[in-house]
Amino acid sequence: MKIALSVKNVSKYFGDFKAVDDVSFDVEDGKFFSILGPSGSGKTTLLRMIAGFYTPSEGKIEIQGRDMEGVEPNKRPVNLVFQNLALFPMMNVYENIAFGLKRRGERGKVVREKVEMMLDRVGLPGFENRKINELSGGQKQRVAIARSLVLDPGVLLLDEPLGALDAKLRENMKVELKKLQAKVGTTFVYITHDQSEAMVMSDYVAVMNHGHFEQVNTPQNLYNSPASSFVAQFVGDNNKFIVKIQKDERGNFSAVTKDNLQFRLDKPYDLEGDNIFEMYVRPESIMINPKEDPNKINSIEVEVKAILFDGGNSRILVVPKNSEKEIMVSLPQNRKYDYLRPKDTIKIGWYHSASVCFKGTGERVYEEIE
Amino acid sequence: MKRSSKIKIRWGFIIFFVPVFLWLLFLLILPHIELLRMSFVGTDFYGKSGFTFENYWSFFKEPIYWRTFARTALYSITVTFLVLVIALPVAFYITKLAGTKIQGFLMILLLVPFWVSELIRVYGWIILLRESGAINYFLTKLHILREPIEMLYNDATMIMGLIYTNMLFMVIPIIGVMESLDDSLIEAAYDLGAKKTAIWAKIIIPYCLPGIMSGSIIVFMLVLGSYLTPKLMGGKNALWFTEQIYNQIITYFNWNQGAAFGFLLLLMSSLIIFVALKITRQKFTKVIK
Repeated sequence: MKIALSVKNVSKYFGDFKAVDDVSFDVEDGKFFSILGPSGSGKTTLLRMIAGFYTPSEGKIEIQGRDMEGVEPNKRPVNLVFQNLALFPMMNVYENIAFGLKRRGERGKVVREKVEMMLDRVGLPGFENRKINELSGGQKQRVAIARSLVLDPGVLLLDEPLGALDAKLRENMKVELKKLQAKVGTTFVYITHDQSEAMVMSDYVAVMNHGHFEQVNTPQNLYNSPASSFVAQFVGDNNKFIVKIQKDERGNFSAVTKDNLQFRLDKPYDLEGDNIFEMYVRPESIMINPKEDPNKINSIEVEVKAILFDGGNSRILVVPKNSEKEIMVSLPQNRKYDYLRPKDTIKIGWYHSASVCFKGTGERVYEEIE
Repeated sequence: MKRSSKIKIRWGFIIFFVPVFLWLLFLLILPHIELLRMSFVGTDFYGKSGFTFENYWSFFKEPIYWRTFARTALYSITVTFLVLVIALPVAFYITKLAGTKIQGFLMILLLVPFWVSELIRVYGWIILLRESGAINYFLTKLHILREPIEMLYNDATMIMGLIYTNMLFMVIPIIGVMESLDDSLIEAAYDLGAKKTAIWAKIIIPYCLPGIMSGSIIVFMLVLGSYLTPKLMGGKNALWFTEQIYNQIITYFNWNQGAAFGFLLLLMSSLIIFVALKITRQKFTKVIK
C-alpha cells in the first residue's frame, strides 16, 4: 500500500511551550485518518504543519514520498478545509470552487466541467451562481470541501469542519463525509475533539493529548482495548474507580476501592510501589440483575439514584451500598427495565474481562466528581 | 396611551431633524441656489444684468480655464490612485502584521500630523525643500550637490504634498474593512495555490473594496477641492481649478464667473465618483457606511 502522508518525529515549540511532541505516523493512500484530542492538545498545530503554515521545529513531513521541507503551502499537494470554512464571501459558489483551478492556470471549459462535476459529487448541482451568504451551514460545508477536493489533492486535511453545525446536521454530515470519502478515494486527515465523529468516519484514529499520540489504532480497537488511562476516558464513556490492586495466594488479581468494594480482574498487573491504579468499566458492559455464573462476574448490590432517559442512550445512575461512588449503567433498548425507579435496590455485574486498569496518573480529561 | 407615545416619537424626530434641516438649508442649499442663480447672470454691454449662458460659455472659449479644469481632474485621480497604492500596504501592515501594542502606536503616528494645520504642514515642506532649505543645505554640505536646486514649485512636489496631506483619509476606512477580513481567507487562498499577487488581487482588494471606494471618494474630493497645497507647493505654473474660482471671486470680483466654475467643479466630481462606483460595482449607500 502506498503511503500518502508520513510524519516522522515531528515536534513544534512556541517559545518554551511544546505544542507537538515527537509525533510520528503514516497514513496509507485512500484512508480516512482522524486525530482525536481535547482542545489544546496540539492537533491543529500538527495539521497546520502538514498544510505548511507552520514549519516543524524538529522532524520531517513527507507527502506522497516527497519531503515537504521549505515547500510553501501554495505548492503542496495538500488542501485544508478550515474550521470556519473560509469561503470567499465576495465570490459565488462557482468562483469559490474554481479559485484553485484558476490559480493553476486552468481556463475555460475544463474548469467549468470540473466545478460542475464536483458540485454534483457533493450533492449541490446547479448551485454555481449562489452567493455564499445564501447558503445554509451544511451547504457551505459542502462547498468548502468541494473547493479543496476539486484540486484532487494527495491528502485532504479537515480541521473540525463540522464544529459549527447543529447536532442533527452534524450527524448527517458525518455519514455524508464518510460516503464522499469512499466515493472519491482521496486520503482524508481529519481533526476533531468529538470522539463520535472520529469513530464513525475513520479507518484509523490517533488519540492526541499534550502534544503526543497516546494511541493509534482502528476505532474498534481503541474502544475495546485502550492503551492508556487517557484513551479509556476520552474514547467512549467509562466509569472510573480509583483502586488498589492485590494478588491473592492463588495468583488471582483483584482491585479494592477505598469503600472496600472488591472486584476480580482477569489480567495480571505489575505490582510495585503504592499499587494505586485507575480501573475503568464501560456503562454498556455492566449488566442489570445478571444471571451469569457468579464466578465469572463481579456483582454488587446498588441503589438506583437517578434514571437518565436519553432515547437510545438512556442510562441509570447507581450507588453501591455503603459507598458514595456513582456508577453509570446503560439501559438496554428492550424496555425490560422500565419498572426501575429511584431508590430501588438492584444488582449489577460485569465480566472480569470487562474492566481494564492503568497505573494512576491522576490526570482527568474533564472535571469529574469523585 | 398609544396616542401619547406616538406624539413623543414625533417630537424626538423633530428635535433631531430640525437643526440638521436648518443647517443644510441655510448653509448649503440656499447659498447653492443663490450661486446657481448667479452663474446664469451676466451684465451686458450697457451694464444691465440679465440671464445668460456666457459664464459657462467662456469656460470653453478660454483654453486656460478648461485646461486647468482637466489638469485638476487628472491630477486628482492620479493622487487618489497613488494614495491608494501607498495606503493598502500600510493598512495591511497595521491590521494584520503589527502586534496589538504597535498597532496603537502606528495609528498615533498616522494621526499626529493632523493635529497641525494644513498651512503649517505645507510650510514644513517648504522649509525642507526650498532652494535655501534643509535638504539642499545638507546635500551641498555633503558635496552630493554642487549647488542647491529648487525642489519646490513643480508638479511632482505638489503631488507629493497632496499625497502626504490626504493619506490618513484613505488609510482609516481601509483599516476599517481590513480588520473584519478573516485571516483564514488569506490562508485559504494561499492553501489553494494562490501567489501573493493573486491573494492581493482576488482576495484582499475585492474584500476591502467598500473601504477603498469610500477612502477614494474622500481623498478625491479633498484633493479636488484643496487650495493651500497646490497654491503654495505648486507655484505659478501648477494652476489648480480652485485657484481659478478664487481668482474670479476675490481678485476680479466676478462672482458670476466664479459661481459657474464652482458648479462645473461640482458637476465633474459627481460625475467621476458616479463612474468610479459604476466601474467597481459598489453602491453609494454601502460605501458611505
